[in-house]
Amino acid sequence: MSSQKHGAAFINRQSFIELDARERATALFDPGTSRELVGPFDRVESPWLPMQGVTPQEDDGCVVMKGKIGGQAAVVIALEGAFQGGSMGEVSGEKMTAALDLARADSERGIPTSAVILLETGGVRLQEANLGLAAIAELMASILAMRKHAPVICLTAGTVGCFGGMSLAAGLASYVVLTREARLGMNGPEVIEQENGIEEFDSRDHALVWAINGGEQRFAMGLADALVDDDTPQIAEAIRRFVTKGLPPVHRSSQVALYRRRIEALDTSRQWDPKELRTLWAGKGSEGDK
Amino acid sequence: MGEYTGVRGTVWFRAFTGSASPMPGDPNSVLTADAPLGKDRARFLCVVPDPHARFPCARHGEVGLEEAYTLAARVREVVDSDKGDVKRPIIAIVDVKSQAYGRREETAAIFLAAAAAADAYGSARLAGHPVITLVVGQALSGAFLTHGYQANRILAFDDEGVMIHAMHKAAAARITRRSVKELETLAKDILPMSYDIRDYAKLGMLYKLLHVDNPEKPSPQETQNVQSELAAAIEDARRSPVDLLNRLQSKGALEMRKASLLVRSKLEEQWREG
Repeated sequence: MSSQKHGAAFINRQSFIELDARERATALFDPGTSRELVGPFDRVESPWLPMQGVTPQEDDGCVVMKGKIGGQAAVVIALEGAFQGGSMGEVSGEKMTAALDLARADSERGIPTSAVILLETGGVRLQEANLGLAAIAELMASILAMRKHAPVICLTAGTVGCFGGMSLAAGLASYVVLTREARLGMNGPEVIEQENGIEEFDSRDHALVWAINGGEQRFAMGLADALVDDDTPQIAEAIRRFVTKGLPPVHRSSQVALYRRRIEALDTSRQWDPKELRTLWAGKGSEGDK
Repeated sequence: MGEYTGVRGTVWFRAFTGSASPMPGDPNSVLTADAPLGKDRARFLCVVPDPHARFPCARHGEVGLEEAYTLAARVREVVDSDKGDVKRPIIAIVDVKSQAYGRREETAAIFLAAAAAADAYGSARLAGHPVITLVVGQALSGAFLTHGYQANRILAFDDEGVMIHAMHKAAAARITRRSVKELETLAKDILPMSYDIRDYAKLGMLYKLLHVDNPEKPSPQETQNVQSELAAAIEDARRSPVDLLNRLQSKGALEMRKASLLVRSKLEEQWREG
């Protein structure tokens, strides 16, 4: 299903990136089947931000919706990149973890329920430091428990990308879906430059950043399962496909021997052209589309 | 607290296992051994600095690509070999200053390596292995997510050199545009921001704080005491569910994580409607 980037297709595109978290989540469900849980009217806000003079948000930048995707029960959890950079605080973190635990409980009861997590985040919210880090650890635990029963699909569309501790959550996913506007990595370029100098990483070299963290590269290295255009119907279709597909035979983060061998085989005496790794790692996304 | 040295991990690994060497084929930065603990034989794992590590940005005790995949492999080995048998306890001794911040690491997807280690620890816990973490020094950020934070029970020394945090002080100060002093003052008022291990303990995620006179030089008696505490944590983990909800149901969490508890109860209630 490779759509060419010619004029008409581009003009007719319905951008997903331009949508906010709530619109993004809604767009992934079968029309008319979704409802939001613990939404803005419940006003469960961060108790820690006002103590530091930061205005909290009624949904803490995290939208949880339940409904159907491809006719099957699903929960979508979307982080709002426009609020505090999509960072994980106590409330947003617990929303994600509790929603996954409820989906797992339903799966165990015989209602297979998939989860889709929309990650636009820089990781831990510094104002909630240790509760943010703990929330990520607990989220990861819940992803591991949930993915025994039904797939956990992570989608990063851009423009924030997925960084910090939350990149580990993406690493645990059953399937990863990225656009070319998405970036996925653990340490942002600024952090690397700050810690180890500009010779290690020049954070102003945007071409380098995209060559390493960009969606196209991650997909070509086999670290994502689909590369999609910034087009809402196309993204919804990719998500539907993975929900319908069910669990992968083996999760990427469990393929330890394979990746350990790959790391061992790398020449660490020099920096690499990111393209080399596409060839070395034989860039097979489990889907192989595009 | 002085400069990070990373000696504590080796000291405690040796105290528990009688040796401090990697397993054949492993990098020198990951110590793994099986040793008696209470009435069990436990697997001990620890990440230590290796000045000659292959990856230049992982030579000072950082958790990098090789460290993460080695941890993952050594934890999975235990899970695979104990299938249908007594589930060996897994003990993560933690003194890690950070994940490795390097271009090579990003290019070769350190996020997946870190996830693979967390996957191994978390899957071991779900399979019924008591996974116990002992924080003897630093437990920072992505390094702790990779090595230690998936444990059933976390214990830490009540000591100034022990720190569990999302970001080290210098970086946090820089990003929030404060001096380290200002950051420390603010962190005193906002509990989750505090760098003090006693404040961390109040959040309810810690199973126990242990006192040791000098964590860099434990006496045989102290080593024995810590071993008994680990054995007690193993027994407690064996009697309890394999999830991490204990962290949210603790006395500390009832006080400090009220918002989390509110989110969970509202979500449960609304999940079932309609």
